[in-house]
Amino acid sequence: MPIGTDTDTNTDTGKPQWQHRTPRSRLMLWFGWLALVALTVYCWQVMTEGTIWAFVADAPRQAADIGGRMFPPRWEYIDTLWLPLWDTINIATLGTLLGIVFAVPVAFLAARNTTPSAAFVRPVALFIIVASRSINSLIWALLLVSIIGPGLLAGIVAIGLRSIGFIAKLLYEAIEETDANQIEAVTATGASKAQVLDYAIVPQVLPSFFGISVFRWDINIRESTILGLVGAGGIGLELQASLNVLAWPQVTLIILVILATVVVSEWVSAKVRHAII
Amino acid sequence: MSDANATTGTNAEPRIWKRPPVLIRDPRWRIAIYGGAVVYLILAIASVEVNWVRVYDGLERGWNFIYGFLAPDFTSRWTDISQGLIESLTMTVTSTVVGVLISVPIGIGAARNLAPKPIYLACRAIIALSRALQEIIVAILFVAMFGFGPFAGFLTLSFATIGFLAKLLAEDIEDIDEAQAEAIRATGASWWQLVNFAIQPQVMPRLIGLSLYRLDINFRESAVIGIVGAGGIGATLNTAIDRYEFDSAGAILLIIIAIVMVAEYSSSYVRKWVQ
Amino acid sequence: MLRVEGLSKTYRTGDKALSDVSFTVPAGQVVGLIGPSGAGKSTLIRCVNRLVEPTSGAVYLGDLNITGMSQRSLRRARRRIGMIFQEYALVERLTVMENVLSGRLGYVPFWRSFTRRFSAKDIDKAFGLLDRVGLADQADKRADALSGGQRQRVGIARALEQDPELLLIDEPTASLDPKTSRQIMRLLVEICNESGLPAIINIHDVLLAQQFTERIIGLQAGVVVFDGPSEDLDDSVLTRIYGEEDWTAMHRKAGKDDEEDQDEDEDGREQEERLAGLV
Repeated sequence: MPIGTDTDTNTDTGKPQWQHRTPRSRLMLWFGWLALVALTVYCWQVMTEGTIWAFVADAPRQAADIGGRMFPPRWEYIDTLWLPLWDTINIATLGTLLGIVFAVPVAFLAARNTTPSAAFVRPVALFIIVASRSINSLIWALLLVSIIGPGLLAGIVAIGLRSIGFIAKLLYEAIEETDANQIEAVTATGASKAQVLDYAIVPQVLPSFFGISVFRWDINIRESTILGLVGAGGIGLELQASLNVLAWPQVTLIILVILATVVVSEWVSAKVRHAII
Repeated sequence: MSDANATTGTNAEPRIWKRPPVLIRDPRWRIAIYGGAVVYLILAIASVEVNWVRVYDGLERGWNFIYGFLAPDFTSRWTDISQGLIESLTMTVTSTVVGVLISVPIGIGAARNLAPKPIYLACRAIIALSRALQEIIVAILFVAMFGFGPFAGFLTLSFATIGFLAKLLAEDIEDIDEAQAEAIRATGASWWQLVNFAIQPQVMPRLIGLSLYRLDINFRESAVIGIVGAGGIGATLNTAIDRYEFDSAGAILLIIIAIVMVAEYSSSYVRKWVQ
Repeated sequence: MLRVEGLSKTYRTGDKALSDVSFTVPAGQVVGLIGPSGAGKSTLIRCVNRLVEPTSGAVYLGDLNITGMSQRSLRRARRRIGMIFQEYALVERLTVMENVLSGRLGYVPFWRSFTRRFSAKDIDKAFGLLDRVGLADQADKRADALSGGQRQRVGIARALEQDPELLLIDEPTASLDPKTSRQIMRLLVEICNESGLPAIINIHDVLLAQQFTERIIGLQAGVVVFDGPSEDLDDSVLTRIYGEEDWTAMHRKAGKDDEEDQDEDEDGREQEERLAGLV
């Protein structure tokens, strides 16, 4: 039951005709809005229970204070940033590769038309995907640093774990959307399941697969920059260190470097995805 | 490569066939890119220093974590968990609502076919800023300015919502069917009426869908920004992990996964209802 | 060669698609399968190579009982049956050559097909088939770069690459214009006659069926209502299969189609001569 209104362009006069909402749907719509507003106000009150409004009022002054200390950025500091930046890119790239390695089989197990068992295997694969997607890479990093210690490996595995869900979800949707005719034809020649996969399904999903992977790599660069905050290596470590000693000019420089990296990686990813299509 | 075969010499071409290159046609590019990739991988993997002893020691802790995940403990830290959860949920709702409210005018202002040039540029700049800055970094700044707690988190997520929603909204508006807008404009309608009659009906369903999607994203983010002090269940999680209380940590993670799953199902349901 | 006995198919929804269908196709015979939409023609064809599982009945290819086979043996049986599809069903992103060679998938182990190492004999045969269907210079083009008629011919080459003992052809002309349809039908019948291949052609265009096939089976609501030489297909039979209709108008149109074909050929030749004169 559509709750919206209906705009029809009457071609004779060019004037849109507005269909009346029925009184009932009008009431429901009004009620819906009311519920939403009530919910929001309630949440606001609960949320700001502990807020010290004096701090909030003080914020502009604080901002000006910090802002003054943040500029000018400490440009010389950039020499110490090159190695962490290289680390960050490696975390993102190696992590993406790790994610791809696991995401591909999971995607095939999750797709309705390629899963070996719709009752048992598919739900497990779908759960793996949801679990991986629900947990932010920073949380994964937190866990891994606690388990295997700080360093790049924790970051790489964290990025990998997060990427599995993202890549597998988009990939299995692409697999389910493949043209059934092509698959039927290859099956009719007497091909085995593996051959059908190789000749009929893989060629169809290959372009999507590359697009998805490059897209995830771009997002991973963004996420890798801050993993160091919890000790997982990369430029985030420098950020954490600078924040701890309140060295604001350094913080500014690091933020600028992160911004630049993100912009470059987005440009690269857009170019590569354009070239694939 | 198949051996050269000169059986039926009806045409001059040899009956040899090699598989055409799958990805990159030009052989020079192919060598450059594949070669470059191999070199990069070697360098990158070499640069990763792993303290294997530490990793081995840590595996035991890893098992503890898996046990904690499979046998989660909801009760012992329940007050902390529930408080963190309430903070996260309230932050999510308020920041999404406020974020959407702010995103709509900014999105309209960032649409080339609706807004005059200076407003268009200003709005696009705001969107670019919001998208470029990672949520955590914004959270750090807001915590420094506004103090610890969910208020800073609320501001962070609202700001992040702008970059996401306003951009997609602007793109949607720019993609609308011009014919409908033209028709309205021809009647002499005011700018407001144009938005209300021509733009809104076309973009509304997608806007609702995107808002629901952003609700989901904001909840996931709200579970993270607590690590830097901006409120939410992330702080509780951080504490639990620091104390190696993996069963509580497992409980929190399961709650997060469950909420995300519920949100995903209900959002696809609502989206279908709206369509 | 092909023996179908008491084939029935009832879908889970209760649809009775086929009821007790029986017939035999000897070697070298081309059979046209006609009937209204929903009569079960596609289902029948797909039951022969078990792309659709029949509910009861048996299908014999030579001496082998296809319906009773395990999955492994079924694969080996399928490679002896070539199938040509309505929407060509080529793998769009693969080249023409790869599509033709995919006919050998049933004969080649996975690893070799994965690395595309087909034997010289297979490759030579593929080139030969492409020559036969007139696509020799298109071998390395991507399948989606071809026209409809060209794609159908690649489909034919793929089916023949299997060295089949039987051809199943599902509406080969449904997506083609009238002229190309006739070309394809001609090609199919020529090939079948050359190699003595039996074939079942599921076709909705009764005229094409009559003109190009020697025997016609008429299906109506899953039951065989006619099985005989195509000359015997008169108006009463057509009414039995399709229902009441003005069949004389159809016959007149058939005559016109034939004339148009000849006219177009003549026009084409005139055009060429004119252009040649200009150069």
